[in-house]
Amino acid sequence: MPSTRDIRRRIKSVKNTAQITKAMQMVASAKMRKAQQAALSGRPYAQLMNEVLAAAVAGAGDFNHPLMESREVRKRAIILVSTDKGLCGGLNTNLLREAARFSKDTTVYICAGRKGAQFVARSKRELAAEFSYKDIPAFAEARAISKFAQDLFLQGKADRVDVLYTNFVSTLVQKPETRPLLPVGRIQKLEAGVGGHNVAEELDSATQEYTFEPGAGDVLGELLPHYVNYQVFQYLQEAKASEQSARMVAMKNATDNAKQLIKDLTLEYNKLRQANITKELLEITTAAMAMG
Amino acid sequence: MPLRLEIVTPEAKIYSEDVDFVTLPAVEGEMGIFPRHIPLMTQVKAGEVAARKGGQEFFLAVGEGFVQVTGERVAILTDMAIRSENIDEQKVEEARNRAEARLKEKLSNDEQATVSAALAHSLAQLHVKRRTRR
Repeated sequence: MPSTRDIRRRIKSVKNTAQITKAMQMVASAKMRKAQQAALSGRPYAQLMNEVLAAAVAGAGDFNHPLMESREVRKRAIILVSTDKGLCGGLNTNLLREAARFSKDTTVYICAGRKGAQFVARSKRELAAEFSYKDIPAFAEARAISKFAQDLFLQGKADRVDVLYTNFVSTLVQKPETRPLLPVGRIQKLEAGVGGHNVAEELDSATQEYTFEPGAGDVLGELLPHYVNYQVFQYLQEAKASEQSARMVAMKNATDNAKQLIKDLTLEYNKLRQANITKELLEITTAAMAMG
Repeated sequence: MPLRLEIVTPEAKIYSEDVDFVTLPAVEGEMGIFPRHIPLMTQVKAGEVAARKGGQEFFLAVGEGFVQVTGERVAILTDMAIRSENIDEQKVEEARNRAEARLKEKLSNDEQATVSAALAHSLAQLHVKRRTRR
């Protein structure tokens, strides 16, 4: 039987935990809003990129680029976009369960985020590189990852590159998904903003005829790596928004649980206190009766 | 008839204003654009974009990217863009020294490319900053 002091101590510690989880919940929700806003502010770029792409594709005609070459897949690379920190519910667990499905021998992993890299090391898989990205992903970070993946592909060290990330379906639902990155198949419309980009739309056809300098093919050739970079950038943003909303929900549950626990403990504490008082009273009256 | 100059990066729209004349560092050399230019697409190198508006000139440093020109609009897509008044000369100078020092070390090819790009960014910024002060 715990003493009243023990229970008091426990209540205090649970209260402290609740305070921390509450604070984390609020931080995560603020960060999530920021991440979503940051993703939206890339919209003009995506729109413009679409226009340029549409015109270049129309102008280039039959076009081939090393990044578009499809080969027999002997080795594949996975860009694994995970989080750096935990405390975000089942997000990483779900993601890494997907990651574990790929064959150990023919897959190399490019990790963004520490949790993924830890998983790869722990399960003795092949880690090609580890990158980090900030709360609001910078384009330079995405470019570094994308550049690395493109080099692997161009050097023939990987015949196919996919991205495994957590798609932001809604604040409550995040789903791990694998999307092909290289070779570039059909060039699709780029979209900015999180909110689960589902099946990508077709590129609108060009509305205007352009002169190209030096030539449409050259411009498209230069454009293609940027197109891939931008896709990686979007995946990072999406993953970050997922992480923050998953953390927000996880921390809200933790706070609610802590509050319930405090309630139960307080009840138990009061019961025990009452029992002690009754016991003491009984002792006094019995003593008084014995004396009298 | 004004010409709308738009400069966008993946992170934000940096600049969007009506101007009279724009020069930009295209791959095939410096290019000046007036309103009613024929539709054109080309690449830009890291360098300086100058815009003239009612006798006043504005300067911006841009990174590598692409430009789309229509009769009434010049749209620049780039990784980096910064207005000359926002450039912190000291910081950029440091970044430049860092990049130059790293280039002297032995680097693998892709590292070399990244550092060179960073250096080009710094140089473009410095160039723009020093020019506006004169």
